[in-house]
Amino acid sequence: MKAVSVEEAVAMIPAGASVMVGGFMGVGTPERLLDELVRQNKSGLSLICNDAAIPGRGVGKLFDAALVAKLTATHIGLNPKAQQQMLGNQIAVDLVPQGTFVERIRAGGCGLGGVLTPTGVGTLVAEGKRQIEVDGQSFLLETALRAQYALVHAFLADYLGNLAYALTARNFNPIMAMAADTVIVTVENIVPVGVIAPDHVMTPAPLVDYLITNG
Amino acid sequence: MDPQIIIARRVAKELKSGNLVNLGIGIPTLVANYVPADLKVFFQSENGLIGTGPIPEQGMAHPTLTDAGGRPISALPGAATFDSAMSFGLIRGGHVDITVLGGLQVDAHGLLANWMIPGKMVPGMGGAMDLVSGAKRVIVAMQHAAKGKSKIVAKCSLPLTSARPVNLVVTDMAVIGFPGGKATLLETAPGISIGEVLAVTEAELTVPDTVPEMQI
Repeated sequence: MKAVSVEEAVAMIPAGASVMVGGFMGVGTPERLLDELVRQNKSGLSLICNDAAIPGRGVGKLFDAALVAKLTATHIGLNPKAQQQMLGNQIAVDLVPQGTFVERIRAGGCGLGGVLTPTGVGTLVAEGKRQIEVDGQSFLLETALRAQYALVHAFLADYLGNLAYALTARNFNPIMAMAADTVIVTVENIVPVGVIAPDHVMTPAPLVDYLITNG
Repeated sequence: MDPQIIIARRVAKELKSGNLVNLGIGIPTLVANYVPADLKVFFQSENGLIGTGPIPEQGMAHPTLTDAGGRPISALPGAATFDSAMSFGLIRGGHVDITVLGGLQVDAHGLLANWMIPGKMVPGMGGAMDLVSGAKRVIVAMQHAAKGKSKIVAKCSLPLTSARPVNLVVTDMAVIGFPGGKATLLETAPGISIGEVLAVTEAELTVPDTVPEMQI
């Protein structure tokens, strides 16, 4: 793990990069990294995030600044700007059931080619996908999902980069921290090694590439 | 009584002590208000919590304790938090006893459409498809008709949420089940006759010899 400023971290991300962002309706989202993506005008992003949040909050800021070219998400209904950009064909949107979304990312982080899920069988979601029978039950083959960068937000990080998350701000963060080439983390509090007990570490330090310094 | 409250009160009677229950947004959310205090039901919020409590008092909200719509909630003693893979493992893995969801259409065989209106409203399915595919029991809580048009249809014209039929539909006029795969009128709402239900139901309904009135 290397400690860097938010400016240095975002300078590493090229325009057009694929970026996973943790958070659920902006809760547990690395706001400082998103603000800096907007400030450095990193356009053409391929964004992987549960939802489009709301304008002015979380990944909603990326839609405000029209920086997203492609979106993979489960729900965008609460962000009218993202809806407009989708209906106006400014962004390509792939809508994925939420359980499938998280399992595809988990597979990407765990060395699996994909997962078999009953979710979506017999619906529009099944179009173009392989259907596989196991013991008489039908499943869809859903392929693994990875990104060049994962932008993660945690509650605690120690000096080594061990992470712990708070309440419902955990959501997709620990899963995404496994599924990208480069993992960049913002935290509420940086604490000495040992403050997070081994049993309470949710993302082990070796998974974290860059920790954004506070202040 | 307000139609939404009739629905919420009737659905609440389906919950049993010890059940793990997931409530969707809209009318389903209201169900929690009508669960008797002595019934120990675990409510899941799919953004990572079992043991959701009421909206916190003014000034007590915390930005990391929210429901799936991002609104502040509280957590009851004994609550548990987890990541999204665990949350949907609970849902898809059959650990959720009951899910209550809103609906746009339910057809004569119990198939549900509730996630998009092509060309008009494409919000995304969120967790709905996993909930219908994986929960032990699926209950749809919705108004019987919208703008005079039946939401209990012969065949869904909107895209389906799942190939799996739902177990029960509770509306402001009736309770409908699907024994043997056929829509069947199980109860009528207070003051509503069987004839009135049939008049605003597009799907063919089987009517048993006795159809009791909803107890709410």
